[in-house]
Amino acid sequence: MRKPVEQIEAATILFAGDSGDGSQSIGTQMTETTALIGNDVATLPDYPAEIRAPAGSLAGVSGFQLHFSSEQIHTPGDLCDVLVVMNPAALKMHLHKLKPNGILIANTDNFARRNLRLAGYEKDPLESDALTKYQVFRVELTRLTRKALETTQLSMGEIDRCKNFFALGMILWLYNRPMEYTMKWIKAKFAQKPQYIEPNILALRAGNTYCDMTEQFAVSYDVKPAPFEPGTYRNIEGNMATVLGLVAASHRSELPLVYGSYPITPASDILHGLAKYRNFGVVTMQMEDEIAAVGVAIGAAFSGALGVTGSSGPGLALKSEAMNLAMIAELPLVVCNIQRAGPSTGMPTKTEQSDLLQMFYGRNGESPIPIVASSRPFDCFESVYEACRIAVKYRTPVIFLSDLYIGMGAEPWRIPKISELPEIKPSFAVSADTTNGFEPYLRDPETLARPWAKPGTAGLEHRIGGLEKSDVTGHVSYDSENHEKMVEIRAEKVARIANDIPPTEIFGAQEGEILLLGWGGTFGALRTTAENYVAEGLPIGHVHLRHLNPFPNDLGDILHRFKKILIPELNSGQLLQLIRATYLIDAIGLNKVQGQPFHVFELHAKIDEILKEMEHF
Amino acid sequence: MKRKRTSRIPVGAPTLTKNDFKSDQDVRWCPSCGDYSILAQTQRILPELGIPKENVVFISGIGCSSRFPYYMNTYGFHTIHGRAPTIASGVKMANPDLSVWVITGDGDALSIGGNHFIHLMRRNFDINVLLFNNRIYGLTKGQYSPTSERGTKSSSTPLGSLSLDTPFNPISLALASGATFVARSVDIHLDHLRPMLKAAFEHKGTSFIEIYQNCHIFNDDTFILQREKEHKTDHTVLLEHGEPLVFGTERDKGIRLNGFQPEVVDTTNGEYTTEDLIVHDQYAEDTTLANFLAGMSDTPDMPHPMGIFRSVRHPCYEDLMTNQIRTAKERTGDGDLEALLNDGETWTVS
Repeated sequence: MRKPVEQIEAATILFAGDSGDGSQSIGTQMTETTALIGNDVATLPDYPAEIRAPAGSLAGVSGFQLHFSSEQIHTPGDLCDVLVVMNPAALKMHLHKLKPNGILIANTDNFARRNLRLAGYEKDPLESDALTKYQVFRVELTRLTRKALETTQLSMGEIDRCKNFFALGMILWLYNRPMEYTMKWIKAKFAQKPQYIEPNILALRAGNTYCDMTEQFAVSYDVKPAPFEPGTYRNIEGNMATVLGLVAASHRSELPLVYGSYPITPASDILHGLAKYRNFGVVTMQMEDEIAAVGVAIGAAFSGALGVTGSSGPGLALKSEAMNLAMIAELPLVVCNIQRAGPSTGMPTKTEQSDLLQMFYGRNGESPIPIVASSRPFDCFESVYEACRIAVKYRTPVIFLSDLYIGMGAEPWRIPKISELPEIKPSFAVSADTTNGFEPYLRDPETLARPWAKPGTAGLEHRIGGLEKSDVTGHVSYDSENHEKMVEIRAEKVARIANDIPPTEIFGAQEGEILLLGWGGTFGALRTTAENYVAEGLPIGHVHLRHLNPFPNDLGDILHRFKKILIPELNSGQLLQLIRATYLIDAIGLNKVQGQPFHVFELHAKIDEILKEMEHF
Repeated sequence: MKRKRTSRIPVGAPTLTKNDFKSDQDVRWCPSCGDYSILAQTQRILPELGIPKENVVFISGIGCSSRFPYYMNTYGFHTIHGRAPTIASGVKMANPDLSVWVITGDGDALSIGGNHFIHLMRRNFDINVLLFNNRIYGLTKGQYSPTSERGTKSSSTPLGSLSLDTPFNPISLALASGATFVARSVDIHLDHLRPMLKAAFEHKGTSFIEIYQNCHIFNDDTFILQREKEHKTDHTVLLEHGEPLVFGTERDKGIRLNGFQPEVVDTTNGEYTTEDLIVHDQYAEDTTLANFLAGMSDTPDMPHPMGIFRSVRHPCYEDLMTNQIRTAKERTGDGDLEALLNDGETWTVS
């Protein structure tokens, strides 16, 4: 008899196990499947920096959380409905994230004494009463997988590596999701090693059938498709959206893309992604260090290409001198910073947004550089495209800020039409139009951009460099008044970008009690929070800044329309300082520096506290 | 004939002269600096190369020599300390038709930019690198450099605490990094420097020339034995492909291999003849001979070899990359952005 199916609005699942247990790949597959059947979905991969920490250790636990819904959602969820743990260490690390009465699926075969000890358990938690507030499903995942695959030709080690698909089969059953997308993926993934196709599919089916046949699961769940704007959708990770945004900008501007990079977590996926698109004329150069990586991008820009480099905080520190060169030479350049937890090497696989002040101020001298920040995985496409547009139009380096959380997180993306993409026109100088010959610092009166003259263009031979240049002529100049004037012009050029960006959108109340002001990867938590208050009828607004330098022209006005400005950030208050200094507003910070994104309940707690204080006075 | 990517001036176009390559900026090196001579020789050979002026790009780092691009009426980029090789690589990659020249010094190339220098050599972009070696930091007022001889007295190693570092041998370093064209010349040896500059240009691949250059102010006469007329014949040996290594005012001395050591021998006393001497082979793929020759300048009393140590043809990075792009386009067609954005599993909401 078919078991009953319960309709629910949303679910959050967390897969966790050893780094080698395949939690990331089954998490990704569940995400793909659930997105393809129309749910809104958001993900949070959480994995250690060590490639293979000792098996069974707490340090080696790798997790993948996904949240899917029949409504629009913006975060990978605070607490989980289902926690799948492959070993005791995974239980130890993640149990606190499981909701009361949530489903815990544990691979009991890995709960032997050695693994318990490695996780710091004195006795088996599955056998104690420590888990009574959860629905615990003890499953012999390893043994059942071995049994299902006993007729295959695989070794025992190879069979055991299929057990993640047994677990995925169970979850697909639990949420009434089809297996076909995963099967298709398995076939494609192992096309070169076909001996693994059948066993992985067998394991997947076995997990699915197991739930159907045993008494363990009485109910399964269904989450209906979410309402989406009409269009064609795909699931996308932030770093992949960045890759596509860069290719699109290159294509639209007809500027060949030259991407210089040095491997670094979590930015390497951009290098990997772009390297596949040689047929778009994309040049990727893996350089000897971070400085060389920005160097080739600057050289390419001087030559008339779209020069781009990408890294994370430590790499940005090394690139800062070269970025300043691009700034004073006034060449287009896009520098992607996929932030991670600092300082120094920090926590390379954990998220943070603590590089904002570094991006603003981390260079010698007066060095204004525009900053564009993406707010969610799919927004990386538009934001990096916008960074390219500004760089080319204003002849300036532009910093594109992303972070590990959105770079590696995934969500559905409505694929834009090419015609919707803003124009990017290089407008190269082709001839000298003054009687004095070519003047490399004779500016466009509106944008203050200087001409971009490619080597190879006859009659426009000129020299640029890091020494201060005389206005108009571009000759080396130590003249004190000229220097001050050039400093002002460079600042004014960046300031004028504010005239070239759309008005700021305020979600929720357009004026009132509290404005949630954010930037970057905290969008999801802030928007969900704002939605909750707005649903209760409270006058709370949310503004999420894409343009951080310059700030939008209307931001000052907006800030003055609210009694309190709350700026939640995954740092110690960096935008907070900038806003307070720029607008002389007594904004309030909510700061978290734990390498983890905000939970919605953390924001609620702070807002409730502020509201309470406001009632008080 | 080696195929260069650099565009040539069409037949019948007006001939350029050295004055066409002089910018309107006053040259500001110290009086009698060796840089003047290198600048003049470069401006002399450029019109002879047959390439349009607008296709020439000079890229430099920081240091006295790095002001060079400002004095050339070509495209130029005076960049940051040590990083010229990276910027030049980007320039060349984005437009392989350009003739790209890196102007650098011993501090710029071998100290702060050491990493970029070795990686430029191994990538073999078709770029010409001129290293002005004066064994001192001039612009910062006379500190010892990575090519200063051990025991150098300088502003950062005053009396009683002479420099302790073992110097780099730029030729050995270039060879070890896989350089495909390695040569040495002297700032004021005009008739030698010009053909070296031209050979560097004609070589397809990264061409490296170490130029002994005198810093009159902070390290005067560091190369006196190799530079000055009265000494140079006894203290340098000209490398000529296929010829034995003969030197000396009377051309009475030569270099032979004694085991694994080069040795100076007298070819007039009957013990040795020119038949016993090393015969230079600049086209050898194997770098053993080139390394022997490079090591001579580290050995007291050995003449310093001048000329081309090595000249071999290897694929250039920019050509390999261009081929990858061409192959990818042939295989899958020119990139279709619409198809790329819609790649993978998609679904439609109506």
